[in-house]
Amino acid sequence: MNSRRRPLAFYLLAAFFGLYVLFLYGPTITIAVLSFQGPNGGLTFPMNGWSLHWFANLFQPQMVGDFGGSVERSLALGLMVMTATVVISLAAGLAYRKRFRGDAALFYVTVASLVVPSILISLGIGLMFSALDIDPAWYSSALGAQLTWTLPFGLLIMFAVFARFDPSYEEAARDLGASAAQSFCHVVLPLIAPSVIGVALFGFTLSYDEFARTMLTAGSENTLPLEIYGMTTNITTPVLYALGTLTTAFSLVVIIGCIFGVTWLQRRQNGKPDIARG
Amino acid sequence: MTILPVAAAQRAPAAIERPRRRRALSWTGIGAYLQAAPLALVFAGFLLFPIAAIVIVSFLDYNSVQILPRFTLENYRELLFSAVTWETYLNTFRLAALTWAVTLVIGFTLSYFLAFHVRTRLWQMVLLLVCTVPFWTSNVIRMISWIPLLGRDGLVNMSLLRLGVIHHPLTFLLFSDFAVVLALVHLNTFFMTIPIFNSMMRIDRALIEAARDAGANGRQILWNVVIPLCRSGIAIGSIFVITLVMGDFVTVRLMSGGQSASVGLMMSNAIGLLQYPAAAANAVFLLVLVLGLIAAIVRGVDIRRELTIAAEPASAADE
Repeated sequence: MNSRRRPLAFYLLAAFFGLYVLFLYGPTITIAVLSFQGPNGGLTFPMNGWSLHWFANLFQPQMVGDFGGSVERSLALGLMVMTATVVISLAAGLAYRKRFRGDAALFYVTVASLVVPSILISLGIGLMFSALDIDPAWYSSALGAQLTWTLPFGLLIMFAVFARFDPSYEEAARDLGASAAQSFCHVVLPLIAPSVIGVALFGFTLSYDEFARTMLTAGSENTLPLEIYGMTTNITTPVLYALGTLTTAFSLVVIIGCIFGVTWLQRRQNGKPDIARG
Repeated sequence: MTILPVAAAQRAPAAIERPRRRRALSWTGIGAYLQAAPLALVFAGFLLFPIAAIVIVSFLDYNSVQILPRFTLENYRELLFSAVTWETYLNTFRLAALTWAVTLVIGFTLSYFLAFHVRTRLWQMVLLLVCTVPFWTSNVIRMISWIPLLGRDGLVNMSLLRLGVIHHPLTFLLFSDFAVVLALVHLNTFFMTIPIFNSMMRIDRALIEAARDAGANGRQILWNVVIPLCRSGIAIGSIFVITLVMGDFVTVRLMSGGQSASVGLMMSNAIGLLQYPAAAANAVFLLVLVLGLIAAIVRGVDIRRELTIAAEPASAADE
């Protein structure tokens, strides 16, 4: 089938695709380059020598406020959101394999959670916390705000997973005498593991980089994206780019690691009939 | 690819349509409720109650210090009879419409290339991942990254000056509506591309062959076969992009340098001034508008089926 010559449209569309990728990655690459400015370098080109000065600068706490603390909080919050997203959406995904009263309503609420503007959620959670006389904090109100964003994605992924899942494997396990818990742990979970990892990655990176829903709900202590946002107004050196480059690199490592992990797991399963995926 | 959520959103339906009542487990009765409970609780606590709080507060009076427990319609009167409100909403619609149009064209073109011109499944997935990876990195940093490109002394101005195309730096590149739309497109094209790509992948290739055999040219196939068949993908992408832009305040604030207005920004300013009831009235108005917009988008397209089949066996059981 590849013997056919590619039409002109292919080359035009490929060029368009290339331009889009340039548009997508160009700015990030620009700040990555600029973060290696020499000590006297500015926020724009030309490069004034090359150095790691601004990366070193990043680790002097007096220079960039509470950078270390915000990284710790973002990592902790990311892990909390990741765990909650995996557990809650996996459980709900299992629930949706059966019928239960109100499942349609819950489904609509889940979809609504994706399309309600983030500032409404921030405002509402803020009002609710003040009505209940609780101080908002990154580990309570911001955690909840982020879950309204990660859980719908988690549940929809679970729908897709169980849609392609063949229940006869569970039935076979049951016929062989496995309990419900055993068939879940030894049959279902290993089969859907790649997708569960996908949900985990999703929850973590969405939380780690979340801004709009966290901004008004994080309370007095900043997460990393909030800290970076604060820096944009008062930091005028490439240290800002160094921070951006480091965080982006971190996200990329997590994503790429995860993609490889998922691919590896799927390949391992491919020896057996491919049931967890379509 | 299960790590592409918007695709999952679309694939979900086809999935759970068969009733799964084949076996009666002893624990299924109560089990399903226990399994769904955490999800329901999170949404009750962090979505439904907060929205109820907004609605209630929007009818309350306030002074410069606190919210007063007195019913009033003043917040809505002030909101709806202020010219600033309508200008702000108009400007937000303009930004949303521009962003929507651009992301639609880009998203459609990218999907078309991936779905119909890239021949192997592997390359489709690799190229799709290339388009989606930035979605998982920080939005704030992606916005900041435009500054060294678009600023007065930025790369674009420097290059154009050196080439002699312009003689003075262009000032509209950064801190302008142009920059806002550029950043919004940069951040949100993902949400348009994935659902459209997914719709296109589900188009039966035989239909296109049939159209070609019947004498349709490329443009006719595009207009009469491909586009109608990806309407649901276009609708889902449009809902995402429009709702995200309508509620945005970060991009508008950062990229316009405070020179452009948006509903979200107006609300976050009111919140900053502790005028919660004013912000709440605005929030209710925005929510009604956004839901109305979604209803309008859904009306023309058979999207209901797409999103609801997953819940269908249940609603049938309820009746």
